[in-house]
Amino acid sequence: MSEKRAILSGNEAIARGVWEAGVRLASAYPGTPSTEILENVKNYKDIYSEWAPNEKVALEVGIGSSIAGARTLVTMKHVGINVAADPLFTFSYTGVNGGLILVSADDPAMHSSQNEQDNRNYGRFAKIPVIEPSDSQECKDFVATALDLSEEFDTPVMYRTTTRTSHSKSIVTLGERTEQPGKVELVKDMPKYTMLPVSAKRRHPLVEERIVKLKEYAETTPLNRIEYNDTKIGVITNGISYQYVKEAMPEASVLKLGLTYPLPENKIKEFAAKVDKLLIVEEGDPFFEDQITVMGVKIDHGKDLFPLVGELSAAFIKSQVSGVVAELKDAAADLPGRPPAFCPGCSHRGIFTILKKLKVFVSGDIGCYTLGALPPMSAMHACVCMGASISMGHGMAKVVESSDDMTQKVVSVIGDSTFFHSGMTSLLNCIYNKSNSVAMILDNRTTGMTGGQENPGSGLTLGGEEAIVADIPALVKAFGIKNVVKIDPYNLVDIEEKMKVALASDEMTVVVVEAPCVLRYRISHPPLKVDAEKCTACKRCLTVSCNALSMEVKGDDSFVVIDPNMCAGCGVCAQVCKFDAIGE
Amino acid sequence: METTNILLAGVGGQGVLLASQIFTSVAIEADLDVKQSEVHGMSQRGGSVTSHVRFGEKVFSPTIDPGEADFLIGFERLETLRNVHCLKSGGTIIYNSMRINPSTVAAGVAEYPDDVAQQIAAFGEKTYQVDGLGLGQQAGNPRSSNVVMVGAVSCFLPLPESLWEDKIRQLLPPKLVDLNLKAFHLGREAVKGK
Repeated sequence: MSEKRAILSGNEAIARGVWEAGVRLASAYPGTPSTEILENVKNYKDIYSEWAPNEKVALEVGIGSSIAGARTLVTMKHVGINVAADPLFTFSYTGVNGGLILVSADDPAMHSSQNEQDNRNYGRFAKIPVIEPSDSQECKDFVATALDLSEEFDTPVMYRTTTRTSHSKSIVTLGERTEQPGKVELVKDMPKYTMLPVSAKRRHPLVEERIVKLKEYAETTPLNRIEYNDTKIGVITNGISYQYVKEAMPEASVLKLGLTYPLPENKIKEFAAKVDKLLIVEEGDPFFEDQITVMGVKIDHGKDLFPLVGELSAAFIKSQVSGVVAELKDAAADLPGRPPAFCPGCSHRGIFTILKKLKVFVSGDIGCYTLGALPPMSAMHACVCMGASISMGHGMAKVVESSDDMTQKVVSVIGDSTFFHSGMTSLLNCIYNKSNSVAMILDNRTTGMTGGQENPGSGLTLGGEEAIVADIPALVKAFGIKNVVKIDPYNLVDIEEKMKVALASDEMTVVVVEAPCVLRYRISHPPLKVDAEKCTACKRCLTVSCNALSMEVKGDDSFVVIDPNMCAGCGVCAQVCKFDAIGE
Repeated sequence: METTNILLAGVGGQGVLLASQIFTSVAIEADLDVKQSEVHGMSQRGGSVTSHVRFGEKVFSPTIDPGEADFLIGFERLETLRNVHCLKSGGTIIYNSMRINPSTVAAGVAEYPDDVAQQIAAFGEKTYQVDGLGLGQQAGNPRSSNVVMVGAVSCFLPLPESLWEDKIRQLLPPKLVDLNLKAFHLGREAVKGK
């Protein structure tokens, strides 16, 4: 075989696909399961790529690139589309110049997310086509089709993956890059790109016409494929569910939808007429089921067998269809869980240790520090979305009667990347509206939870070039906040004293914690040791929730030991020890 | 060739994903269809990690369903036990006997069971325990215990030894190749003749 093959994840394959399809610009905000797309795109030097501070900015950068005539990629996780929805819905009206695909990486079963919204609904809502690949080969190949479609129909295209398509690997036959012939230059076209009411009123009917034309396209595109087999059962499916169906019901006929909005009504009716029983197998919402029902097609089974919640699997589909539950070995019962935890040496550990001690209400945000909510730390009490901590904390402080009762005081905790994402406006609101709340910005100079990506505070770009280091204290002061306090997260006394002052103040205080991520920047100090003679096995040090510490029992004696291979020497455990048993 | 299902289970940071990469690249070289699936994100922070590797004539689903794994490769005792229900009846368990405390155990709010090995043995007739940590140390670095496990599993698969060695040479940084080849062979020796 002369053709080049590789085993790629869906995300790696999308990166390859956009390179092959002549994309010139890519922008994204990191978010599981989408992050690796841009991390791979950056290796293709023909494409300019960047991390944006949030998804709205990423899409707007992409819109600019598209208007200028370049093929463009924008990626984000499903909840990121909520942030980018404002430009998206009007970009649907302006349409594109260079083709643009917007990757929405959804997370059914919430492996690493706060909700499991089904973003196919956005396609229908924003009136743009949605394309869904089922494996890595399709992740690559459908990109070129999506960009052609985007340009032919003058529309952004939503390119939807799920965790399983993004993060599973399969074999891909590779191609080469085709440069696009069109010139990239600015051409003024006010009625198309300036969405004043006068021009938007002219664009809206075009959007409706476009959907009608796309419905016709859906009937003939090879993205939608019928695989006739035994016609007793016919299944309409998409994305990763297609793989599960093929495995669970190899004998069934399948209508595999690759263009999942708008739907090919005639093709669906033709398929439904040829099969005895029609099943709809889709993860998430009854997106196909509802629309196909409206078409007047009789569906034998859909969400009655395949629930809205969580992920599907081949075995689950098999047992739902056959009614036979396979006999399985019981899982081992009552095993201790292994939740993710702060890394040894993490600068968040000392902060949450003190917040817990102070008994305050912690209004949290999205990042590694959200792990502070898990036991045994259990020191975060609300978390909704990116950037919400500070605004929610302000709302709480405005309605709760002020008192000296620490349990009625709120501390908002946000990371650097989240602050740049959408926390800055929340903070501006606080000072503008005379908040007396306390906000902590935990600046570890990276977007940690998604694997340590660069951000405006890192001093580096996605491509590894030197960049500005956004000065958070200066920014906060520029908003008009007078009380800006820096604390050392490895000094528990410092944290406690300064937090007490901040909590007693009538004015807004912003606490800035500057400590680089130990994982991202590989920071380590000599490991600490426990003096077994001094250790009374009181377990106080274990409350700081560090995996390097554990209890050892030798005969009648028990004491704490520190794993020297894991300990980063941060000293937080030593500071909570009342018997001076932990040292170098 | 029927589809072979290998479930790898361990703790974030143990090199489970590199081990999976060796399996998939060996299978692709043997001209088989291959799929591999894992979930990353929060698992990086010391949480449980599983990786699903499937190869054969034609593979559809990238994930292995409970009761379908031909091999359960455990990189840590407790994580092996946590996934025993994934094993096919008659399947093989090969696991690293090392212990890593979950944060809940380290914090003293949960207990690490004493009888993990006995419980694992009760699930699979064909169970092999490997001192992955010790053999990794013997190879020159305890972190190579993931490749020790690859070596142990390689004995059970009908793929030539040289293919495994080639892929280890390709996938690891040059300065770590010799150490990991040693780890691979120590893993093979550990299960041979058992």
